[in-house]
Amino acid sequence: MFKKDATPGAKSKVKSSAQRAIRSKVLDEYPKLEPYIEDIMPKKEQLDLVKLPDRVSLYTLGSTPLFFQHMDDAFMPHLSLVHKYPSAFHRLRIDRGAIRFVLSGATLMVPGLTSAGGRLPNDPEDTEGTYGDEELEAGEVVVIESEGKENACFVGVLKMGTREMKKVKKGQACEAGHYLGDGLWGLNLG
Amino acid sequence: MAEASTSSGPYPKKVTYCGVCSLPPEYCEFGGTVRKCEEWLKQHHPDMHEKLYSQEAIEQNLSTLSLEAQKRAEKDSQKKAAKAASAEAKAEELRATSKVLIKRIERNKRKYVTAVQGLEAFGLDIKKVAKDFGKKFATGSSVTKVPGGGEEITVQGDLSDDIYDYVVETYPNIPEDNVDCIEDKKKKTAV
Repeated sequence: MFKKDATPGAKSKVKSSAQRAIRSKVLDEYPKLEPYIEDIMPKKEQLDLVKLPDRVSLYTLGSTPLFFQHMDDAFMPHLSLVHKYPSAFHRLRIDRGAIRFVLSGATLMVPGLTSAGGRLPNDPEDTEGTYGDEELEAGEVVVIESEGKENACFVGVLKMGTREMKKVKKGQACEAGHYLGDGLWGLNLG
Repeated sequence: MAEASTSSGPYPKKVTYCGVCSLPPEYCEFGGTVRKCEEWLKQHHPDMHEKLYSQEAIEQNLSTLSLEAQKRAEKDSQKKAAKAASAEAKAEELRATSKVLIKRIERNKRKYVTAVQGLEAFGLDIKKVAKDFGKKFATGSSVTKVPGGGEEITVQGDLSDDIYDYVVETYPNIPEDNVDCIEDKKKKTAV
């Protein structure tokens, strides 16, 4: 989505009623953020809405980006937020070989997740339960981590349920996302 | 900032970002400016540098890939590095050749406006600079479009020398030789 460098458009203040709506919607989508929501978007603070190309709107608090949204789709967390609260989102892991493709903006493919280095929910090799035991459906927002790394590198929407992935083991897994080093990441919100 | 490397802990987690490529340091190897990133990390976070760039870590990274994939990855990263280097060289050249023009334009007899062009080549946001000029000199200052395309800052009043000094002083990455003052006599001839 942000392969090209994005230039921030008009910045406007979000009405407090809209701000409340955003807050509740975010909590609906990511219930695990509940304990931290006051740190992320304090009730009293003024959120800003920055318009980006391709009908994406980005919500920021001061100069820290929080969530972005394409038209009226789901709110997706900015990677810097994911890095701060990694356990609040659904996580999957890709193997090492896939990292360089993801970081150059390719669509995430299923084999990167199903191979030995990748992790899906209910993975027998995932002993700590980091990746959850809940199978995810297509359309869910997921955070992609990578093998041997600590921080996440990609945020996207699942194109295929995880159960199906395990069966088919090929095809596209995630679409239209935000990855480390893309236009949204490099955005300067002075 | 060493706590960034512990995997779990109190939230919000603190993540260190590379000063060169802005990614978390563990992803620097995919960015194309690895060497610079490594130097930066060594200087700023020596403990992290030790962890990420030790022989052991590198070997471990390689062992998970097949030989063929390794080769491909290597080729790819070389290409990326070359690309990044050339892009940087280009930017450098642009910076060396581009000039900042400070024009004094006669608006009316003994009334002048000052136009400043070319600041955007040095990575400055001219809207912000215009605001700063206005604040500094207590005059009207705005960004106007130039007929030939592009934008310039127009400051009210004859301020060419002051702006020259100000630009040279506040923006150290603009070499003084690249700033020029010129006088534009009568923009429009009397009808």
